[in-house]
Amino acid sequence: MGVALTRLAQWTAAGRGTRTLETTPLNEAILKEIIMFVESFIYKYPQEAHYVFVDPLQWKTNLNPSAFESGYSVSETTVKSEEVDKNGKPLLFLSVPQIKVRSFGQLARLLLIAKNTKLQEAQACVEANRNPIAKILGLDYDTLTEDSSKVNILDKIIKEDDPEIDMKMKIAMLLKQLDLHLLNHSLKHISLEIRLNPGTVKNDIELLKRFSGKGEHTVLEYIDYTSDYEFSNGCRAPPWRQVHGEICYVLVKPHDVETLCVTCSSEGVFLNGGKTDDEGEINYERKGAVYKDLVTFLKEKSAKFSENMSKQEFAFSEEQQKEKDQPNEEPKKEEAITFHKAVTGSDRSTQEKNQINFGKTRMTKRLEPSLNWKATVDFKERRSLVRDSQEEKHIGRLEKARPSVSPGRAQIVRKSAEKIEEIISESSSESEEDEEPPDHRQEANADLPSEYWQIQKLVKYLKGGNQTATVIALCSMKDFNLAHETCQLAIRDVGGLEVLINLLDTDEVKCKIGSLKILKEISHNPQIRRNIVDLGGLPIMVKILDSPYKTLKCLAAETIANVAKFRRARRAVRSHGGITKLVALLDCGQNSTEPAQSSLYETRDMEVARCGALALWSCSKSYANKEAIRKAGGIPLLAQLLKTSHENVLIPVVGTLQECASEESYRASIKAERIIENLVKNLNSENEQLQEHCAMAIYQCAEDEETRDLVRLHGGLKPLASLLNNTDNKERLAAVTGAIWKCSISKENVTKFREYKAIETLVGLLTDQPEEVLVNVVGALGECCQEYENRVIVRKCGGIQPLVNLLVGINQALLVNVTKAVGACALEPESMTIIDRLDGVRLLWSLLKNPHPDVKASAAWALCPCIQNAKDAGEMVRSFVGGLELVVNLLKSDNKEVLASVCAAITNIAKDQENLAVITDHGVVPLLSKLANTNSDKLRRHLAEAISHCCMWGRNRVAFGEHNAVAPLVRYLKSNDTNVHRATAQALYQLSEDADNCITMHENGAVKLLLDMVGSPDQELQEAAAGCISNIRRLALATEKARYT
Amino acid sequence: MNRKKLQKLTETLTKNCKHFDKFEVKCLINLFYTLVGDVTERQGVVIGLDRNAFRNILHVTFGMTDDMIMDRVFRGFDKDNDGCVNVSEWIYGLSLFLRGTLEEKMKYCFEVFDLNGDGFISKEEMFHMLKNSLLKQPSEEDPDEGIKDLVEITLKKMVNMGNLEFYIEIFCTNLSTFILQSRMEFETQVFKDPNEFNDM
Repeated sequence: MGVALTRLAQWTAAGRGTRTLETTPLNEAILKEIIMFVESFIYKYPQEAHYVFVDPLQWKTNLNPSAFESGYSVSETTVKSEEVDKNGKPLLFLSVPQIKVRSFGQLARLLLIAKNTKLQEAQACVEANRNPIAKILGLDYDTLTEDSSKVNILDKIIKEDDPEIDMKMKIAMLLKQLDLHLLNHSLKHISLEIRLNPGTVKNDIELLKRFSGKGEHTVLEYIDYTSDYEFSNGCRAPPWRQVHGEICYVLVKPHDVETLCVTCSSEGVFLNGGKTDDEGEINYERKGAVYKDLVTFLKEKSAKFSENMSKQEFAFSEEQQKEKDQPNEEPKKEEAITFHKAVTGSDRSTQEKNQINFGKTRMTKRLEPSLNWKATVDFKERRSLVRDSQEEKHIGRLEKARPSVSPGRAQIVRKSAEKIEEIISESSSESEEDEEPPDHRQEANADLPSEYWQIQKLVKYLKGGNQTATVIALCSMKDFNLAHETCQLAIRDVGGLEVLINLLDTDEVKCKIGSLKILKEISHNPQIRRNIVDLGGLPIMVKILDSPYKTLKCLAAETIANVAKFRRARRAVRSHGGITKLVALLDCGQNSTEPAQSSLYETRDMEVARCGALALWSCSKSYANKEAIRKAGGIPLLAQLLKTSHENVLIPVVGTLQECASEESYRASIKAERIIENLVKNLNSENEQLQEHCAMAIYQCAEDEETRDLVRLHGGLKPLASLLNNTDNKERLAAVTGAIWKCSISKENVTKFREYKAIETLVGLLTDQPEEVLVNVVGALGECCQEYENRVIVRKCGGIQPLVNLLVGINQALLVNVTKAVGACALEPESMTIIDRLDGVRLLWSLLKNPHPDVKASAAWALCPCIQNAKDAGEMVRSFVGGLELVVNLLKSDNKEVLASVCAAITNIAKDQENLAVITDHGVVPLLSKLANTNSDKLRRHLAEAISHCCMWGRNRVAFGEHNAVAPLVRYLKSNDTNVHRATAQALYQLSEDADNCITMHENGAVKLLLDMVGSPDQELQEAAAGCISNIRRLALATEKARYT
Repeated sequence: MNRKKLQKLTETLTKNCKHFDKFEVKCLINLFYTLVGDVTERQGVVIGLDRNAFRNILHVTFGMTDDMIMDRVFRGFDKDNDGCVNVSEWIYGLSLFLRGTLEEKMKYCFEVFDLNGDGFISKEEMFHMLKNSLLKQPSEEDPDEGIKDLVEITLKKMVNMGNLEFYIEIFCTNLSTFILQSRMEFETQVFKDPNEFNDM
């Protein structure tokens, strides 16, 4: 019987034509609550029960006068209560069927009389008395809930101190409470039925916000969304979470509990994994029970909230209800109501406080769009963190990816994590989605910059203006500092991106140019890039590439270059035929169709080519795009452009080539198109960036021997060597050293480098350089040290020490190269002494435990010359505790390279008798025998050598025979490799000392094969083959002799 | 009009006009007379396109819609202010439109905007020109507020940029259909002979 009632009834029975209540469970429940309230009224508030209503409650009753008993004077058609008011009027008057009731006491008694028909009576009463409060207390009190006069009334009460008004006030409060109770009750009902939706969640949060803040009286310290961006469907959760029904995430700080990160989903409200400070991301996983709404959730979590809430409840739900009732009501008015309501029954100070709140909330209302900018997290920090975690992810993946890449090519020097991502995306399949989370809408600054409003206004003009207005707005927008993130995101957040992209679809050249100019700038922002792709900007831009206007083409290409920094975008460019069009831009000769007059926007053909190359550069980071560029005939055009002298054109062109040269097919084309010549020429350029990209391209291409020769023939080695002297630009240094490394694979090039004193410089670069430089430097030294003179130079320059020091690193690429270089140095006894003194052999040996097979193999190879050239090699090897066992166990590896290298190491180890005995004990014979059935010539050769050396101990010869190693060895003789022949013949010679082996050999047709080997020009092979035949023959003779004697 | 006279007219006009060659001038003169229609030439009566006819051409041929601008363009053509565009004004005006240099266009643009011809573009004049450029939104209290704002932006920009380029931006946009889209069509239409067309 309060305000609530009328309203509650209204919403549940919304749309009804007649003024009756619908019989819904909810209405019934409410009526029951009212009945309970009235019935208990006499007991709880006996005084108030006698209060006489201002106007009687009047309705049609079904009650028969005869039902009334004592306390009533009953006639046939009328009933009067004996209880009368001051003026002697009865408090209950029934004249069939009308009934008038004027006090709570009478109401309660009436209900008691009604018994089974209580509900009908209550319903009839409620229907007939649309505004019970006005009737009970007088109009003043009814309106006081609605407008500001309440304060005045309060004042009046205080002054007059009238007992009746006091009572009225008390009743008013009681009714209020009932009201509230009903509201809550019905809410419970409703929320059971209705799943949460974005609207209700938003209302809840908005309301809670108003009652949040510092101080004791607020319900919460603060409550805010984690994301300020609201999608058009009212959700704030990212789209991929929305599919789970999640609406938004809220950070709540109650007074007595830690900050809670809460997920509001359509199922209900629950605690999620939280937003950790160091991650910045929300852990979406559910961490607790699901509550039906936010208030319930918070009541459960925070005692303080629930306590303060019960104080505020009244205002809160009142307002909640208001919002539901009058969604279109002016927000201002609503605020006013809150304010005045809050004043009720509280002192002046709260009033003031609320006044402030009132102002604040009004502000929030007015600043609605600004919510996007209110910070919850420091945006910058968040970005960088996101990036960090991404990098970690990439690196993790890179490590996984490595084993599949060959050791030489695997380590391409990269500038940044972004580039690492690119490598990965090259090697991984295209269908995979990008790792980078697509959207972070919230920004750092709590206050909106003025630019935001200006940009918002401009976007409005863009939307609603004709061409003139659009151009003016575009020009003005361009004057903002578009490189600044604030402006970039402001444009997006006010919906500017959509408009800008839309403009690209118009016929208006001016607007397109303006729009592209802005897009070009803001697309430097990674988020904007994604948004542009999401909004379908790329196909339109690709279409513009066909435009007859060069300026448009240029701008479109430049924008594409910026946008195509991530895989999905690159794929989009390709799938819309963009690559072909971009390649066409490179062909600047054909594009002279533009009329001469548009002088203002005249662009040079070179510029078109530059933009095209720029876009291709971005696109060429995907494998499929490289293919597409090649198929579109891009290589000859790039080669053509390389001949220009415009640096700004050359950089993207060389960049594209460098990117593409990772593909075999490209390297062939590059050779065919005589691109190397121009690359070499540009090495001499003044521009560091250009030099860097040229060196990088050479690095990529010099995998190929012919290319290496070409670099030398075009005089490219000298500029490379001289660029080594400038060590300030590390990226360039890495590229240059990389090029030198690859070039020095050819012997002639090494000689040249020695002439240019490059080796001394390289040794100087062994210290204080970043790893990507070191990898290349050491790689180059490793190649150079294959020659004796260079080894001497390295030793004399003091290169051994830094090399050995690098053996303790962890970078696998570096270790592979370092071990190789150290191994090469160890070929020279004097260097070996130094290595030994520096304990380099031990370090190498410990690298055999490295998890990476390339490192293991490389270390094992390097050990071979060390063992060969060290003094007291046997003693040294034995001094490594567990070293021999380690080596023997490596024979269980399944990597051919590791096996071959370990066999080679065993060959050298076995030269020492004692060590041979040890490895025999460790079971080297069966392990070697198991490997015998291999097809790899490299492994065969080293295996045969190892076997031949291992035969020298005890009954190893017999053992090899027992482990079936002999027959496969005989088959090695059919190989084409003379090295294999030699090693095999030697092994067979050793094995043929045992009679059983001779028989096996003979059975496998070794004699005929060996007879051929005797005719070989290789002396060792001759000797070994002949020795083996002689052993077999001797056995045959002995057998015959035995038979006949 | 007899051939001889036409010949003579062509020659004088070609001499005075730096952007068109003789052939093009001839084409334009022909077009002019086709547009004017069969009006017998009498002494004292000026042959030419009156305001309405000219506006019609602008609308039909160049797709211009803004009354204000069309009117101003007419004024720009009608150098002697006699209310109609005669042959020489026609040729001169088109040479500016189709082939004019940046400076010429700028000057013309300024004239278009300088409604009262006092040599200054005032806020009011700018307001007039931009009056129809924004979609009226019923929700807004002051429908002119946006336009006033645009005027502010424009004038601020002009001051910043030394006026030069921005005029052209606006000018070209206002007449953009004229300048950019229809121009090529128009030219190919008018100057049909491809051999004579090469040097442009």
